Amino acid sequence: MAERSFKKEVEQLRIGAGDIFRGEGILAITKALLENGVGYVGGYQGAPISHLMDVLADAEELMAELGIRFEANASEAAAAAMLAASVHYPIRGAVTFKSTVGTNVASDALANLASGGVTGGALIIVGEDYGEGSSIMQERSHAFAMKSQIWLLDPRPNLPSITDAVRHGFALSEASNTPVMLQVRIRCCHVHGAFTARDNQRPPLTVRDALSNPRRDTNRIVLPPASFRHEQEKIHTRWPAAVDYITTHGLNEVFGPDEARVGIVLQGGMYNAVIRALQRLGLADVYGDTDVPLYCLNVTYPLVDAEFLAFCGGKDAVLIVEEGQPDYIEQALRAVLNKAGHGIKVSGKGVLPMAGEYTGQVMLDGIESFLRQYADDMLADRARAPNRPGPVPDLTRVVPGRPPGFCTGCPERPIFAAMKLVEEELGPHQISADIGCHLFSIMPPFELGGTTMGYGLGPASNAAFDGGGERRPISIMGDGGFWHNGLSSSIGNAVFNKSDGVTIIVDNYYSAATGGQDILSSRAGNPTKQTQNPISRALKGVGVGWVRQVDRTYDVSRMRKVLKEALTTDHAGPKVIVASSECMLNRERREKPLLAQAIKDGRRVARPKFGVDEEICTGDHACMRLSGCPSLTLKMPDDALRDDPVAHIDQTCVGCGNCGEVADAAVLCPSFYQADLVHNPSRFEIGNARWQRRAIDWLQNRRAGKRLARETVR
Amino acid sequence: MKDAAIVSPEMPDVRLDQIVKLAIMAVGGQGGGVLTDWIVDLAEGNGYAVQATSVAGVAQRTGATIYYVEMLPQSGRLPVLALAPAEGDVDILIAAEMMEAGRAIMRGFVTPDRTTLIASSHRALAISEKIAPGMGLADSDAVRKAAGESARRVIIFDMETIAREAGSVISASLFGALAGSGTLPFPSEAYRETIRASGRGVGASLKAFDMALAAAAGEDAMPVGNLEDAPAPGGILPLSATPVDAEHEPGRIVGPDRLLRDWQALIARVAALPGHVAAIADLGLRKLVDYQDAAYGAAYLDRIDGLLRQDRAAGGAAKEFAFTATAAKYLANAMAYDDILRVADLKTRQGRHARISDEMRATEGTLVQVTEYFHPGAAEAISIMPRRLGLWVEGRAGLVRGLDRIVNRGQRLRTDRLATFLALYAIAGLRRWRRGLLRHDREMAHIDGWLDVALGRLPSDYRHAVETLKVRRLIKGYSDTHARGLSKFQRVMAGAELVTGRDDAADWTARLVAAALADPKGAALDGALQTIRSFTTAGSA
Repeated sequence: MAERSFKKEVEQLRIGAGDIFRGEGILAITKALLENGVGYVGGYQGAPISHLMDVLADAEELMAELGIRFEANASEAAAAAMLAASVHYPIRGAVTFKSTVGTNVASDALANLASGGVTGGALIIVGEDYGEGSSIMQERSHAFAMKSQIWLLDPRPNLPSITDAVRHGFALSEASNTPVMLQVRIRCCHVHGAFTARDNQRPPLTVRDALSNPRRDTNRIVLPPASFRHEQEKIHTRWPAAVDYITTHGLNEVFGPDEARVGIVLQGGMYNAVIRALQRLGLADVYGDTDVPLYCLNVTYPLVDAEFLAFCGGKDAVLIVEEGQPDYIEQALRAVLNKAGHGIKVSGKGVLPMAGEYTGQVMLDGIESFLRQYADDMLADRARAPNRPGPVPDLTRVVPGRPPGFCTGCPERPIFAAMKLVEEELGPHQISADIGCHLFSIMPPFELGGTTMGYGLGPASNAAFDGGGERRPISIMGDGGFWHNGLSSSIGNAVFNKSDGVTIIVDNYYSAATGGQDILSSRAGNPTKQTQNPISRALKGVGVGWVRQVDRTYDVSRMRKVLKEALTTDHAGPKVIVASSECMLNRERREKPLLAQAIKDGRRVARPKFGVDEEICTGDHACMRLSGCPSLTLKMPDDALRDDPVAHIDQTCVGCGNCGEVADAAVLCPSFYQADLVHNPSRFEIGNARWQRRAIDWLQNRRAGKRLARETVR
Repeated sequence: MKDAAIVSPEMPDVRLDQIVKLAIMAVGGQGGGVLTDWIVDLAEGNGYAVQATSVAGVAQRTGATIYYVEMLPQSGRLPVLALAPAEGDVDILIAAEMMEAGRAIMRGFVTPDRTTLIASSHRALAISEKIAPGMGLADSDAVRKAAGESARRVIIFDMETIAREAGSVISASLFGALAGSGTLPFPSEAYRETIRASGRGVGASLKAFDMALAAAAGEDAMPVGNLEDAPAPGGILPLSATPVDAEHEPGRIVGPDRLLRDWQALIARVAALPGHVAAIADLGLRKLVDYQDAAYGAAYLDRIDGLLRQDRAAGGAAKEFAFTATAAKYLANAMAYDDILRVADLKTRQGRHARISDEMRATEGTLVQVTEYFHPGAAEAISIMPRRLGLWVEGRAGLVRGLDRIVNRGQRLRTDRLATFLALYAIAGLRRWRRGLLRHDREMAHIDGWLDVALGRLPSDYRHAVETLKVRRLIKGYSDTHARGLSKFQRVMAGAELVTGRDDAADWTARLVAAALADPKGAALDGALQTIRSFTTAGSA
């Protein structure tokens, strides 16, 4: 079960023609898939399209009614491979994943798919994780489209445009027997808007029907001689077909006056940012009606030379707005002009930066300097001599950075606390990290882990050290990464090569970083998936001889002991520790309502919480350096004689126990206490507590009567 | 396309100014999404075309997140709105935390010509602030000042506390502050409707909403008062959960009458001290009497008197007796050293259980079971032995190892149970014999050494003498932490010795203390000491 439920929103997916659909971009895409008779959908979660997978999962029932197969694929490679169903069968299929990392993983299948070509429309919806909020290396999906010749759609970021892109995407794919990639940027995925719905369509041929009469065609399989024919087809048949569809259906749009000295060519995804810049320069109104002609590329690959040359006709200069690098589009368009011997001036990278997101200010500055150069008279006086906001107050030395980190009560925190303690004992180690929440270990307070080479590749990225040495290499991998690819690429690799390394598999019961989706080893039952497949069994299955299962990661002393054993045992071959405790985010969401109900029903419930005795805490913050828990914070002591803030646990504490465990394991200080709130205690408990309370009160009064003391202790 | 004609270069579309641009900067998990949804529903329900976006991703995990909303009165056509805030182009900036307000200002989203800044003054501390061994808290006041300079209008108060008091979360009080600001053209009832329609925790949300609305609209003096108040260091931190009830004033000393008479005598002595010294000595005295007994407090005052005499001789009167005042502070902390007896005493004190129950918001009828986490070692055990015995044991490594094997293990003690309580209660009872214990001997010797050095510098370099006293700040914590503090103390004292005699000796010693507090391992301190050696030895060579 995912972090966010779309059950409510999913009801909207049933609305019919003419109704107005309101919601997020990803939800609109899902609706569009249903409206266009998709036969099967799949994908692998990851921001910014995690929610798309969650929506699909929540819509499974509705899709079943329509005869649509939904698959939560094991990886992006698996998702892309699933599109094979559209090779021989006229069935529309769509898969989605995060790009470029997902596309990296998928590219083997994508290349094969693109080579053989497709009969049914094949749509790859990629969430372009670029710019602010991105969690990955800054690259472009564009390169994959070009290398495999997959058409790339980059629609304007509004719901009508995205949903049209889905419709045309399928049609374009079928018209040109080529898979189509639909690129949606981070903000576009989460944009809230509206569009007019159509009726949902049952796929004309369902995957079930297809199984009844199988088809094959050797010419579609990537093997000589067919593979050579495929390349020729790409150039001589599919490309022209695509260009023909794009022009006849006007997929690329032209805005603004027909006559003008300058124009702007832009990726569809850049449209709103360009319009906003023109609005601020007084060259466009709120509806986007602009004085500067725009050639909006809703299809960024292939480019339509004729359209572009026509747009350039009668203009002195054109600006190419292309976010990210390399500047594939600009290079291509310059080549087109060059071949055509066209003399128009071209601006692009130069007035706009080669690298980095095109934010509002960047776009404004870029377009403004382009216009100043080629159409100065168009700029209003205000824009010609703009009153820029004054210098921003410099708070760089005041405002602390706030990188993402482990959540309150995260079960991964104690794992790294234990690791830090072991390193204090045995010295620093070579540590390779992986993709997932556990990667936050590289940041303060833990600062553990030196590389991250890809999902499920943590141990593999320590392979060079498999031979061992004075200290064993340590690698970390999450349960998500383990099932995505780690079992073979990392664990199998380590077993086969007799690695001496130590691997910690962080098992939090979900694919937590992507939003808590279920995976093979999830503990929860899932009506449509098979869960509860223990990681430790898989490990033994591939021949790992040394496996330790830790079922409560919060037991820091135990974690430390096991880790130390792994680092010192004389066992030959890889040592793997499976550290299991449920993701606290998901656990809280799962348990809170149940506990509340139990308390209401009068059942006994004990909830632990932690606290700090302010006067016992000396304000050294050693506990913080082994925790970083959001609920473990600081406050100024009420004692005016003390200089430094002391530890304080706020109301958000979920009672995971890490504080106490660390204080114990690291021999820190006795200021932490655990308070178990027992709701609806038994009569015996109450009585038992009462007489002991009385005795304790008596003792305390006795002492209070014999001494001087402050009235309240903190 | 012909409507384009209405746009002439000289005059941008007037409707552009009707676009409301609103950005929300929050910390992951603060519910910025909920707030955004409310604002969208509110605007759509009141005849506006709305576009909202967010950047989720891993930033949700306690990192800084940003949500962006644009709205325009509905007309026949869909407007083209931006998906991200731009520098100098934001009308309303809502910051769900003080430093996030600072971040917004840094990013240029807050400008004098248009931006109304609505920020909660509470702090959610960043990890970098927490892990500093000393005071690492960011300066909220600087952000407050910057806000005043950069915003067109500023509405800052503690919206977190309001939300908590209402049993709700900050999104509700932020929504209320937005309504109170009057920056959106919607009646507050429309806001309430939106909350009701959303249907989760409506009652509490509405309560928080109304409190914040009143505060923002300036009807309620309480939170808006914070605007003028200089904020506490680091801003408004999580409130101390200590029960504050009227007839209990935290500092007040209570006890049997005969002992209270001794207490009155001590108080009288404090009153005789010079004003600035008296204020601190009073706090110190309360601390030490609470820590040990009246006699211990008297010993403290005796030392103060002695120090004051020499301070006066060194012309301290002209300096408000800064030396004695500083000594009064650090001497009190030094004499109230952290040992097992004190921990046991504080853990078994009257009123603690009540305090914890209150802190945990324990409702009527729930039991509160308290577990303490102890991890003593041989050192602790020896420290509470009588001086002679302690020394004798210490001398025998084998014996110490054996002792460690017995005591050195994590203890989980249920202090709400009589048996375990008794054990701690008994240890706390050893207080009576504290003066005869090895640890006490050591601490007193350490104090004498420290004060002698400071006094030695008093006649020649008053400021350096004062800074020398402040080095005591470095000693804190238990076991390893305490040992680390001690070694830092010794290293800084050695450094201070090297610079003695220089005009800037005081500054250097202060610098050394700051360096020692910069990182746990003391890397910065080593650097500073290197520098000092370089020029002091160079001088001698």
